[in-house]
Amino acid sequence: MLRGKAWVFKDCVNTDIIIPFRFKSRTNDPYEMAKYAMYGLDQDFPKKISKGDFIVAGRNFGGGSSREQAPVALKYAGIAAVVAESFARIFYRNCFAIGLPILEIPDVTKRVAQGDELLIDLDNFTVQNLKTKETMSAKRITGYLQHLLKEEGFINYYKKHKSFPWTTPKPP
Amino acid sequence: MSSASTILKNDGLTFAEKAISLNSDGEKIHRAGDIAVVNIDWAFAQDSSGPLAIKSFEEMGIDKLWDPSRVLLVIDHTYPAADEKVANLHSMIRKFVSKHGCRIEEGNISHQYVLENIAAPGMIIFGADSHTTQAGCIGAFATGVGSTEMAIIWASGQIWVQVPETIKIKLEGRLPKGVFARDIILHYIGEVGEDGANYKSIEWYGDTVKELTIDSRACISNASMESGCKTSVFPIDEVARRFLKEVDREPKYVIEPGDRSEYADEHMIECEKLQPVVTGPDTLETAHAVEEMSNIVIDEAFIGSSTNCRIEDLEVTARILKGRSIHSGTRCIITPASKKIYKEAINRGYVDIFLDSGAVFTNVTCGACVGTHLGVLGDGEVAISSSSRNYIGRMGALTAKAYLASPATVAASAVEGRVADPRRYL
Repeated sequence: MLRGKAWVFKDCVNTDIIIPFRFKSRTNDPYEMAKYAMYGLDQDFPKKISKGDFIVAGRNFGGGSSREQAPVALKYAGIAAVVAESFARIFYRNCFAIGLPILEIPDVTKRVAQGDELLIDLDNFTVQNLKTKETMSAKRITGYLQHLLKEEGFINYYKKHKSFPWTTPKPP
Repeated sequence: MSSASTILKNDGLTFAEKAISLNSDGEKIHRAGDIAVVNIDWAFAQDSSGPLAIKSFEEMGIDKLWDPSRVLLVIDHTYPAADEKVANLHSMIRKFVSKHGCRIEEGNISHQYVLENIAAPGMIIFGADSHTTQAGCIGAFATGVGSTEMAIIWASGQIWVQVPETIKIKLEGRLPKGVFARDIILHYIGEVGEDGANYKSIEWYGDTVKELTIDSRACISNASMESGCKTSVFPIDEVARRFLKEVDREPKYVIEPGDRSEYADEHMIECEKLQPVVTGPDTLETAHAVEEMSNIVIDEAFIGSSTNCRIEDLEVTARILKGRSIHSGTRCIITPASKKIYKEAINRGYVDIFLDSGAVFTNVTCGACVGTHLGVLGDGEVAISSSSRNYIGRMGALTAKAYLASPATVAASAVEGRVADPRRYL
């Protein structure tokens, strides 16, 4: 179970907003990237949040550039999960690849307000708003993505299994 | 199990279903929604996705590439290095290439280089760059991923993919004077939104397609990505065959989507009704007719990026700038998409025209498009650009504003110092 505060954003928060190119292209250090998380909308965002907080956003979160530095910046800034109405495709893949949990809930921005405390259950794909007491169901994740979510990304997965999710022998 | 020829002949499968079925183990038929593991023909990364891919690759403790002859690193985004930090990451790429014996290309934009030198119909091409979709212009299944997934491909030659649903778009009618491929795609994204084709494959059809050059198709396949699509493909017709003959390249598979394929959505764009489009600022969801925007004064006009700086783009730019001057107080920056285009622009005399007009003609780089060098916007500045995106802070300061348009509209705007209609100059 994850517990934290929601930081609510609008629709179409793209990866240029999450971390501008000129910062992300000049470092390979995730903590340096984290200093610029959400720079396009709030340059003080990394200082304002507490470790374990969540981003809640509207549709098409993470659109545009393929930059993996976007989810990396959010993760290393302390964001524990992103809940959005929908995600752009490369951002979505990148989150599983690097182990940043994401959940898709239509209308979530209507059901969570800035600062609401949330309880996220990644095993059951639910988000509970502790302020309104409402429990929301997120889209369930299956297959390879579930393995990546559980094992926090491809690198950890590979280190543990010495294989990729599709080459790992199935248990008897 | 199906043989390649059975899959190719199946009239109930889309391009994406065929491409993935043909290129995954066992040649099983995969339909939209299925998860498949595809075998990759080519995998590339650039200088802002490559270093993180190298880091992920090395963290996994893998010591060799699956096939160095199919792995390409391109130094294009901030080329040549604009500062020490970039230079150090470029060095990291060169060391990796020299250790693993894979291919490197410096000072050419990846997507244009791949089109000019590598891509073939029916190939599976993955790039750690969103605009990889460009190679769909000659019928390759080409798409973008992030750095860690690129590292997985480098290690294994494979990656998971969900077979996308497909949107069929029919282009009908002649493009009017002053209206170009870029206007078509900016118009489409304005209509459907930045997630209008999210996760989906786009197939282009219609009479207008026959009239579109490979340059124009490359622009559309590249810029389609701004609607969220996974791939954006054109049919292999006479235009595509002529291109393949010129570059002396054979198709891997010529994939014709089946007549009875299922589509998630179908659109028709009446091209003869289109006008030059100006999109923005801050989003690609607001596309305007150029005349609505003519009160906007600009500081910078940028013609460049993989989206829109091929030879036909420079040709129309030269036509507009010939004998004219860039408006006083406005800067015009022109950045070709490849060395081949750069040389061609010199040979055709375009560079003389650009320099005489007062424009800057730079080396090949992604430069101003991503606000990294050679044309970064300052506080409150306004730009019109043929590059890919107009997002907050992309081209420079957070308070700068960027509008997107075809190279012709950008060139006309450079002459007038405000957003201008290119039809007056053509």
